[in-house]
Amino acid sequence: MTDVTTTQVDAQSKATVTPDQMTWDSRSRRVVTIYVPLALFVIVLLFPFYWMAITSFKPNAELYDYKKYNPFLIGSPTLQHIKHLLFGTAYPSWLVTTMIVAVCSTTLSLFSSVLAAYAIQRLRFKGSQYVGLGIYLAYLVPPSILFIPLATTIHQFGLFDSPLALILTYPTFLVPFSTWLLIGYFKSIPYELEECALIDGATRLQILRRITLPLAVPGLISAGIFSFTLSWNEFVYALAFIQSSEKKTVSVAILTELVSGDVYQWGSLMAGSLLGSLPVAIFYSFFVDYYVSSLTGAVKE
Amino acid sequence: MTVATMTDWTRARPQPNWLARLFDYKPFLIFMCLLPALGLLLVFLTYPLGLGIWLSFTDTKIGGAGKFVGLDNFEYLAEDPQFWSAVFYSVFYTSVATFGKFALGLWLALLLNNHVPFKSLLRAIILLPWIVPTVLSALAFWWLYDPQFSIFSYLAVDVLHIRDKPFDFLSTIWPARWSLIAANIWRGIPFVAISLLAGLQTISPSLYEAALLDGSSAWQRFRYITFPLLLPILAIVMTFSIIFTFTDFQLVYAITRGGPLNSTHLMATLAFQRGISGGELGEGAAIAVSMIPFLVAATLFSYFALARRKWQQGEAND
Repeated sequence: MTDVTTTQVDAQSKATVTPDQMTWDSRSRRVVTIYVPLALFVIVLLFPFYWMAITSFKPNAELYDYKKYNPFLIGSPTLQHIKHLLFGTAYPSWLVTTMIVAVCSTTLSLFSSVLAAYAIQRLRFKGSQYVGLGIYLAYLVPPSILFIPLATTIHQFGLFDSPLALILTYPTFLVPFSTWLLIGYFKSIPYELEECALIDGATRLQILRRITLPLAVPGLISAGIFSFTLSWNEFVYALAFIQSSEKKTVSVAILTELVSGDVYQWGSLMAGSLLGSLPVAIFYSFFVDYYVSSLTGAVKE
Repeated sequence: MTVATMTDWTRARPQPNWLARLFDYKPFLIFMCLLPALGLLLVFLTYPLGLGIWLSFTDTKIGGAGKFVGLDNFEYLAEDPQFWSAVFYSVFYTSVATFGKFALGLWLALLLNNHVPFKSLLRAIILLPWIVPTVLSALAFWWLYDPQFSIFSYLAVDVLHIRDKPFDFLSTIWPARWSLIAANIWRGIPFVAISLLAGLQTISPSLYEAALLDGSSAWQRFRYITFPLLLPILAIVMTFSIIFTFTDFQLVYAITRGGPLNSTHLMATLAFQRGISGGELGEGAAIAVSMIPFLVAATLFSYFALARRKWQQGEAND
C-alpha cells in the first residue's frame, strides 16, 4: 500500500511539470518527467494481465515453486489448464451463453436507443428534453440498488434462471447510455438533409432508415461496442438471476463453479479469466477509436 | 416538356397505404419510437426502484409475500454493527479510491497529453483494465494477493530481502481493506485518465502560449489554465466514478466476499448477502435503499461544487 501513497505524492508534484509542451526542456528531463512515469503506469496497468497469461500456461510444478523456477518466465509451457477448462468443465457453454446474452441485449438496446434518440432529437415534441433528462437520470441508477427488487420482478414474470432475464434487464443500463450517445450523433447531422427528404415526399421512417442511420454509423458502432463490453462484463444481475450451472455467464461461472474447496486451481482459474477476457479484448482492439470516442463523447455531452 | 414530366411524376407517386400514413402521423410515430426504450426502462428500472423502496418496509422473504412492517428493517439495521461497518467501509473505500483514481488518472492524462511516440497504441493499452470484465481481473488480483504464492511476497522476501515473512494481504482487516482499494484504483485509472485526456485536448494551446509570454511557471499554468478548464469534465467524471465506486460489488465479492470477519463488506455486498443468499429480501432491500441518500448527496456535491460555470466557458460574466 505504501507505494500507492508515495505515487500519489509524486502525482501532485509531477503534475505541475508535465503540461509544458512549449518549453524547450532538455531531453533527460523529458525522460524523467514523462517517459519513466509513463512506463511505470503501463507496467502497473498491464502486470495483472501478464501474470494472468503466464499463470495459464505454466505447469503446476512451476506454478507453486518460485525458488526453483523463475516466476516471471515459463519453463515448459503447457495447455493442460486450457484443456481442462474446455473439456473438463462446462466452460464452452458458459462462453456461448455470455455471447448470446451480450449480442441480444446489445441489439435490443441499440434498436430502442436509435428510435428513442431519433424521437427526442429529431421529432421534437413538447417535453422532449424532459424525456431526455429522465433517460439520463436512469443512467445514474446503479444496478447494485436494483438487483433485489429486480429479482422478485423476474420471479413474477417467470423469467428466473433464463438468459432472457439478462437480455431484458441489461438494457436498463445500456439504453440510457446509448440514447445519449446517439442524441449527440444525430445533433451533428444537418437537419437540412432531412428537410430535403421530407420535401421529396419521404416518410419519417424512410428518412430515419435511408438518411439519418447511414450517417450515424460511427455513432452506432460506438454505442454497440460500448454496450457489448458492458453486457459482457455485467455481474450482479447474472449472479442473482441465474441458478443452473450451464446457463451461467463466464464471470459468474468462474467464480461460483471453478472456485471450489480450499485448494484453488489457479492455473485453470487464470486460464478461464484469460479466455473470458479475450473475446471482449479482441472486439475492442478492432474498434479502439470508436470506443474512446464513445467514452469521451458521453462524458462531454 | 416540363409539364409532361411534372404530371408523370405525380402519377408515378404511389399512394401510401394506411399503415404508412399512420406511421407518418407525428404523435403516433413519437409514441412508437419511445415505446421500446421507455417500456424497458419503466418495467425494469423505475418499477423495481419503487418496488425496492416498498420491499424495504416489508418483511418479505424469498418464496413468500411479506407484510408491511414500517421502519422495522431500518431500526434493526441501525443497531446492527455489521451494517455500520459496511457503511463506514463504503464511505472509506469510495473516498480513498476516488482520490487515488483522480490523482493518478490526472497525472496519467497529463503525461499522455505530451507528444509521446505510439500515443494511440498507449491509449489502447491503458484502457485494457477498464475493458476486461472486473471479476476476471479481480481473480488475477486474488491470485496476486495469495497468502502463500503472492508474487509480491516472493519479491519482498526472497529477492529484495526486505521482509522475513510473506505479506498478509487478505486475512486481516486493514490489509484486506487496503488491498481492495488498490485493486479498485487500478481498475479506475484508465477511465479517469482517458476522459480527462479528452478534456485536456479541448484546451486551446494559445492559452498556454499567452501564459508563457507572460512568464508563468509550469505550476501557474496548471493551476490557472489547465485545472479550471478541466473542472466541468472533472465534475461529471467524478460523479460517475463516485456513484459506481460506492455501489461497487464485483471486486469485493470476487476477492474477499466481505471477509475477514465481515470487515470488507460494502453496502452492496451486504445487501446481496442478506437479501439473496440469506433470503431476507426486505432487509436486503432496506440496505440497498440506504445507499440512495449517499448517492444523492455525492451527485449534488459534485454537481454544485464542481459544475460548469459561465466564466469557464468564456461567456460573458455576470
